[in-house]
Amino acid sequence: MIKFLFDTDTWQEIYSSIRKNKTRTAITIIGVMWGIFLLVVLLGAAKGVENNFNRLFGDFATNSVFVWAQQTSKPFKGFQEGKSLTLKMSDLESIKKEIPGLEFVVPRLQDQALAVNDFKSGRFGVFGDYPELDEVQKMDMVYGRFINHNDIIEKKKVCVIEEEIYKQLFDKDVQPIGTYIKINNINYKVIGMYKKGQIGSGGPQGNIHIPFTTFQQVYNRGEDVGWMMITGKPGFDITQIEADVKLLLKNLHKVHPEDDRAFGSFNLGKEIAKVTGFLTGMQFLTWFVGIATLIAGVFAIGNILLITVKERTKEIGIRRALGAKPWEIKRQIILESVFLTSIAGSLGIISGGIVLMIIDVTLGKGDEPALTNPTVDIPVILIAAATLVILGTLIGLIPAHTAVSIRPIEALREE
Amino acid sequence: MIKIEKLHKSYPIGKGSLHVLKGLDLHIKEGEFVSIMGSSGSGKSTLLNIVGLLDNHDTGNYYLNGQLIENLDEKKAAILRNKFLGFVFQSFNLINYKSALENVALPLYYQGIGRKERNKIALQYLDKVGIKDRAEHLPSELSGGEKQRVAIARALVTNPKVVLADEPTGALDSATTHSVMELLKEINREGMTVFVITHEEDVAAETDRIVRLKDGIIISDEKVQKKSNRKSYV
Repeated sequence: MIKFLFDTDTWQEIYSSIRKNKTRTAITIIGVMWGIFLLVVLLGAAKGVENNFNRLFGDFATNSVFVWAQQTSKPFKGFQEGKSLTLKMSDLESIKKEIPGLEFVVPRLQDQALAVNDFKSGRFGVFGDYPELDEVQKMDMVYGRFINHNDIIEKKKVCVIEEEIYKQLFDKDVQPIGTYIKINNINYKVIGMYKKGQIGSGGPQGNIHIPFTTFQQVYNRGEDVGWMMITGKPGFDITQIEADVKLLLKNLHKVHPEDDRAFGSFNLGKEIAKVTGFLTGMQFLTWFVGIATLIAGVFAIGNILLITVKERTKEIGIRRALGAKPWEIKRQIILESVFLTSIAGSLGIISGGIVLMIIDVTLGKGDEPALTNPTVDIPVILIAAATLVILGTLIGLIPAHTAVSIRPIEALREE
Repeated sequence: MIKIEKLHKSYPIGKGSLHVLKGLDLHIKEGEFVSIMGSSGSGKSTLLNIVGLLDNHDTGNYYLNGQLIENLDEKKAAILRNKFLGFVFQSFNLINYKSALENVALPLYYQGIGRKERNKIALQYLDKVGIKDRAEHLPSELSGGEKQRVAIARALVTNPKVVLADEPTGALDSATTHSVMELLKEINREGMTVFVITHEEDVAAETDRIVRLKDGIIISDEKVQKKSNRKSYV
C-alpha cells in the first residue's frame, strides 16, 4: 500500500484522469472547497464573537449574582406594603454563615460626587469598596494598586480612579499616583488607576473607588450596604445561591416569603449562560451547514469520478486483461477521490484562513471591535480534514465499485 | 497447453438465449501456432474470451496449463491472465497517455515488479520486436504496425504460456500484416504457443494449424502444408 502511494504510475494515472476533465474537476473541487471554507470562516467568526464576549464579561466572575434591596410589595407581620428596605452589614454575616458554597460576599456603597483637581472638575460615581472586589470584578490596573485591607482598617482617605477620570481631571502625561483630588471637598490621595472595564456600573463618566469604611464614615452610612456581589464556589449552582440568599434576606427583614419585589438581583451567571447558549447554537449551526455543504461537495466529486470511470471503461478493461486485480483498480479510484477531496480541503482551509485574517484586520481592530481573534482551533481543522478524507474514501467506493462491476470483456468491447 | 472438452456457451438475449458454442473439443499443445478461422458470428471471439479467462463457459471442461478452470473469481482470473496469458488485440488497446515503454511494462506493474526493473525488461522486449528507438513515444505518435508491435511486446513481457491474438492484423495494411505475422512466427519459433483468431485466409495460412469454426462447431482442424519447410528454421 505504501509502495502504491509513492509509485509514479499511480500519480501519473490520477494526473491523466484529471487532465481529461479539467473544467469539471475544477468546478467540483470548488464545491468541496466552499464547504470547508464556510466551516472555517463561520467557526472562526463564532469564535471571534465568543472571544469578544469573553473580553467584555471576562472582568466578572461568571458565577456571580448582584443583590440589592427595594421596597416590599406585600404586607407581612404587621408591616404595610411599600416598606423601604436597606441591606445591613449584619445581613452579610448571616449570609456567609447560613448559605453554603459561597466564594465571596462583597458589600458595596455608591453615591454621586463632585471631584476636583486644580481647576478641573466633574461629577462621578463614588464607590465604597473592599479589596475583595478585585476578585469578583477584575481590575485592570494601569498604575498603582487597588484598595487593600490596611486602607479599610485605617479608613484611609485614598482613592482608585478609572482611566476616564484621569483624562478629565489631569493634564496629559501627569503621573496621577500620589497626587490628591478633592471629592466632595475632602482630599483623597490617588493610589491607583485602572483601565475601563467593558461593563461599567454607576457613574456615567467614570468611577472612583474609596475604602468601604471611609465611605461609611464620610457619607454617614452606618451599617448600611448599598448592594452586594456574591460569587459561588465552582460546582455550586449560582441560581440556587441567588434564591437562598433572597429567602434568607426576606426572613431577616421580616418580608413575606413570596414577595418577589422586596429584593432585586441580577444573575450574571444566568445572563452569561444565555449568551453562551446562543454561541453554542451558532457553532452547532455552523457545523451543520459546513458538514452538509461538505457532503454535497463530496457527492459532486463522487459524481465526477463516476463520469471519469465511465469514460475510462475501456482502459480499465485493458488493465484487467493485463492482470490488474479488482482491488488494484478500486484503490486507484479511491485514491483519486481522496486526492481530490484533500486538495479541495486544503484550498478551502487556506482560503478560509485568509478570509479570517482579513476579518480580523477589518472588524477586529479599534476600541469597540465586533470580533476578537477570529480563529479556528487546530483540532477542529484536523477533524474537518479527517472527515473530508473519510467522506472522500466512502464516496470513492461508488465509482470504484462501478469500475470493477463491468466485466473486462464488456469493457474491452466498449469503443 | 490448452485443452477444451465439450465446451458450451450461450448468451441470454431477451427472454431466450443464443447458443454460441455448441460442444467444442480442442487440444492445443505447447509450442503450437494455431489459428481459429470463421466468419463473424461463428463463435471464434467467444472462444477466445473463454480461453483468455475474460468470460466464463457454461458447461464442459477447460484446462489451461494442466489446471482445470472453474469457479474463478475476478481476482484469481486476473492473476492467471497475468501469469499465463498475453493478449494482442485488433485495436491494439494501448493506453494512450502512457509511452510505449510504460505500456509494455504495465503487466509487470501488476506483478509488483519495481519501476526500474520493469522498464529494463520492457525495453528488452521492445528491442525484440524491433522498435526500441520508439520507447518513449506515445501510442498516438506510432504507426499501426508499430502499435501492434508494442502490443505484442506487452503480451510477451510477462513471459506467458500462451499469446492470444484477436484479429491482430485486422487494422493493418497488407505489408504491415505480413511483418506482424512474421514477428508472431518468430515468437512461435522460440517456443511460445500462439493462438490467433482471424477471418483472413492468408493470415491463417501463415500459421501451422487452422481450426475452422462455423455456427459454434469445429468443422475442420488441419495442419497447414507449407511451401518452405518449417524445420529449416529450427
